[in-house]
Amino acid sequence: MTAQVPKPQPFVRALLGRSDYAIIGEIVEPGAKVLDLGCGDGDLLQWLAENKSVDARGVEIASAKVQRAIARGVSVYQGDIDEGLADYPDAAFDYVILSQTLQETHHPRVVLREMLRVGRRAIVAFPNFGHWRMRLSLLWGGRAPITPLFPHTWYDSPNIHILTVQDFEELVHLEGIRVERRYFLSGGQKVSLRPNLLAETAVYLVSASAR
Amino acid sequence: MIVESNVMRFDCMPLDNGARLAPVEVAYETYGELNARKSNAILILHAFSGDAHAAGISHETGKPGWWDNMIGPGKAFDTNRYFVICANVLGGCRGSTGPSSIHPATGCPYAMSFPVITIGDMVRLQKLLIDSLGIERLLSVAGGSMGGMQALEWAVSYPECVVSAIPIACTTRHSAQQIAFNEVGRQAIMADLDWDGGNYYGKQPPARGLAVARMVGHITYMSDDSMREKFGRRLRGKENFGYDFDVDFEVESYLRYRGSEFVNRFDANSYLYITKAMDYFDLVNGHGSLAAAFETARARFLVISFSSDWLYPSYQSQEIVRALRARNCDVAYVELESNYGHDAFLVDVAEQTDLIRGFLASTYEKAP
Repeated sequence: MTAQVPKPQPFVRALLGRSDYAIIGEIVEPGAKVLDLGCGDGDLLQWLAENKSVDARGVEIASAKVQRAIARGVSVYQGDIDEGLADYPDAAFDYVILSQTLQETHHPRVVLREMLRVGRRAIVAFPNFGHWRMRLSLLWGGRAPITPLFPHTWYDSPNIHILTVQDFEELVHLEGIRVERRYFLSGGQKVSLRPNLLAETAVYLVSASAR
Repeated sequence: MIVESNVMRFDCMPLDNGARLAPVEVAYETYGELNARKSNAILILHAFSGDAHAAGISHETGKPGWWDNMIGPGKAFDTNRYFVICANVLGGCRGSTGPSSIHPATGCPYAMSFPVITIGDMVRLQKLLIDSLGIERLLSVAGGSMGGMQALEWAVSYPECVVSAIPIACTTRHSAQQIAFNEVGRQAIMADLDWDGGNYYGKQPPARGLAVARMVGHITYMSDDSMREKFGRRLRGKENFGYDFDVDFEVESYLRYRGSEFVNRFDANSYLYITKAMDYFDLVNGHGSLAAAFETARARFLVISFSSDWLYPSYQSQEIVRALRARNCDVAYVELESNYGHDAFLVDVAEQTDLIRGFLASTYEKAP
């Protein structure tokens, strides 16, 4: 007889070493049509295609990453997500994913609106600049924080629109975007209290408001 | 891999200009084995001056095919897995019916009485060939430059027959610049007195005109960088200028060599007809917009362009990609970094191999 192994906590599991991917992997239902913005080498898309039979597409700006994604069979096109969604018809996808990239876009509000135009739902994962480590680092160090989540010096950072959980909540309110689910993560664990202070990563499942 | 060309003959074929060709022949080669389900066939489409001999060593000439580095066992188009077909285009001079073929009514070469043909006509003849090989659906249609145009034409004209398409370094319609270079080539041929209204068969062909046309072509296939790297201002076999109009520079020598070599393997009238077909090609024509043209396309697409290709610049590939996105078609696209200009699709093998191998494998897995 095999010993009973306790099931791992859902959020302890990390998909491809990333807890935000694990959440996304749970949200997306089999067979869905998915567009991943800033999809890199296509890790997540390939996992979704193989494990959930999704129709997986991606956008990535870096040529070398696009090449690796296509070489593994994922349909990725080289383009800029700040401009690249305009061609798509409305509601072309079930989910449009933006994982750890919102803070790198030039026009995050426009990107968010476009995501909800071409997708029925959007999944947005972003690093929370309101995490206590950032606050402490700024308060005591007096410099732009460098932490595991924000590892770049200010002059090398791709992050041009850093935001906190609170900031995102205000933006979706302002935009009239409906939050269907929100997940807060820290070190692969789920955070339930004071996410703006304790969450390293936030994952939002949002849809356009019915209004 | 020793390969032989075959010729298939059809009684009659209608053309876009309203005329008919009867009979019409197509020269083709095949590599690999067609599987029992006939689901692993790939049609390779050659560029302007190519032919049916795409891979392997020719039984007749002993020469490797024009895309031999991409087609073969274990290569991008892996002939251990796929059945690969390549045919000489209609209007060509390498075994398929063209202006140098014999007009059955006169017993003489067609010359300029050959009807003006289109990319659509080329594809129609390929469709006849595919049908007669018993293949209903092609796993992929792939080619660079004019080959890419044919791949696009296939995807639009026979959507139910095309599972995937790989248009490389091409466009949905020639720009003024592309038409201009073709026109310079045509004028060079027609300005040669030996051209004689196209009736030079059995006589001295317009070798000088055709060579000049080819020289211009070669300049457009390279890039400023690749020419600087390959030739610079180096002199050919001399220390000082000759102060005459013989060859001084390496680049002159190269172009003269390329031009004269071309004369031995290409028919000047085919040059006129095929460049005209490229200039006429316009996927938008009759559809209103490119997105509308792709309305019926069901294929999965892999579009590739090259950073230094100024003859078929990346923006033209991006137009294809944008139109496909507007139709929500499955499209992958990348601009590959290269110094080789338009020639890159023939030269930059390693990167294209990774892309095409992965794209074909996933297409083959998903194919019904």
